[in-house]
Amino acid sequence: MPNPLATKILSSKWTKAVLFLICFLPLTAIIWPFARGYTLANPLEFIQHGTGDWTLRFLLITLTITPLRQLLHLPELIRFRRMLGLFAFFYACLHFTTYLWFDKLFDPREIWKDVYKRPFITVGFLAFTLLIPLAITSTAGWIRRLGGRRWRILHRAIYISAACGVIHYYWLVKSAIIRPLTYAAILAVLLAWRVGDWISRRKRAGLTAAVPQKAPIKVSR
Amino acid sequence: MNRRKFLRAAGVAGIAAFAGKRIYDYAIPSRTVQAGTKLVTIKGPFSTDEKVNTFEVVTHYNNFYEFGVDKDEPAKNAQKFVTSPWTVAVSGEVAKPRKFSMDEILKLAPLEERIYRHRCVEGWSIVVPWIGFSFSTLAKLVEPTSKARFVAFESYYDPRQMPLGRVAGIALPYVEGLRLDEAMHPLTLLCVGMYGETLPNQDGAPVRMIVPWKYGFKSIKSLVKIRFVKDRPETTWNLYSSQEYGFYSNVNPDVDHPRWSQSHERRLPEFFKSHKTLMFNGYADQVASLYTGMDLRKNY
Repeated sequence: MPNPLATKILSSKWTKAVLFLICFLPLTAIIWPFARGYTLANPLEFIQHGTGDWTLRFLLITLTITPLRQLLHLPELIRFRRMLGLFAFFYACLHFTTYLWFDKLFDPREIWKDVYKRPFITVGFLAFTLLIPLAITSTAGWIRRLGGRRWRILHRAIYISAACGVIHYYWLVKSAIIRPLTYAAILAVLLAWRVGDWISRRKRAGLTAAVPQKAPIKVSR
Repeated sequence: MNRRKFLRAAGVAGIAAFAGKRIYDYAIPSRTVQAGTKLVTIKGPFSTDEKVNTFEVVTHYNNFYEFGVDKDEPAKNAQKFVTSPWTVAVSGEVAKPRKFSMDEILKLAPLEERIYRHRCVEGWSIVVPWIGFSFSTLAKLVEPTSKARFVAFESYYDPRQMPLGRVAGIALPYVEGLRLDEAMHPLTLLCVGMYGETLPNQDGAPVRMIVPWKYGFKSIKSLVKIRFVKDRPETTWNLYSSQEYGFYSNVNPDVDHPRWSQSHERRLPEFFKSHKTLMFNGYADQVASLYTGMDLRKNY
């Protein structure tokens, strides 16, 4: 079933390089109006919404890799997962910086008040903070140091981070809840797939464990 | 080419065309505002000497949910909005209920230019040279009775002209309200234009309210109905979420919105949210007396 051409394309180093450049397109789109000198009524909001949207999108794209690998029988897709996750972190950093710098003018008292008092800031802050250890431990060296099992458990924090990100968006909007709910629906599907996968793997594990018990019966016949 | 291949190619071409159009619109935005009619004005009272925003900003950053929830949508989607003929019906607790045509409204009083600060509940602000006259001028003509204690306002709503209204998330038509003394305050403006011209559609053509000491959503756009009433009328954003958007909604740096601080504002098109928000949006000298003895934390 795996398509040899797809496998070849996915394994090429050029594919990764091209994807790397594509991941900068949203940033280009955000910078574009400034480079062209267009007047934006609220330039900061434009940057903030752009970087926030793309953080969520990259998080969801990253979470799509594992289901796609299995559904399309393309294990090579794993080559892109770390890069996509790091791009989510990259856009999150930009998003977070605009908030600290332009909204709060780096005033620690104001920032603390916001994080403490405003639930939508609190969850956004949490979503960002959770991504930091994941970005740090994304290297092969850290996988070795932690051991695959512990590393995988740690990196499940992306589920919480993505959920917090969606809630952050939902709590921010005034009445246009369709967009945050779309993100929520996609995230729900991606997480539900994992639950389904986990259940079916447990079932399979249960079956294989049961085989040796059945075997003697067959033999005795 | 077999049929399946053809369909696939057609699909790809369709998606590419759609994406291409989106990218083109984005990369080279069209900036058209339908031409307004010039209005003759005199200088009105209460004008601020702060720097006025560009017409560009005020016409391309609008909260007008009937034409889309994004700020740049009304500029595109309101272009074909039909605002003529237009009548404003005044009824309720008045001795002389009547309808005003737009022509009549424009001749009720000399048109004044008033440069007001405009502060949105979302934390941004602009300075706009509005054109109009005090709402009280119109109100006096219909002679409110002693029973009238509030004024209820209603926006035009036609889902055929405003299809995005269905997905706005708020109940439409948009309704707003003021206490009678707030409505009769000389600052409260019945607004028919800005920047020397009639109002652009996305800014609430052809006639709207401007209540400069309250958050922007209290200043209803595209006004069609005015009712003088006994009881406090329902208001759109209060209906949507009453603990976030109070009936009064006076600009107040000390009373935060439950989800964000109101202490500072971003004066568009600046990057930094560095302007301190002023009590009653800087109009405390004129309007603070309307609220003496009231707990403004409770009556937010």
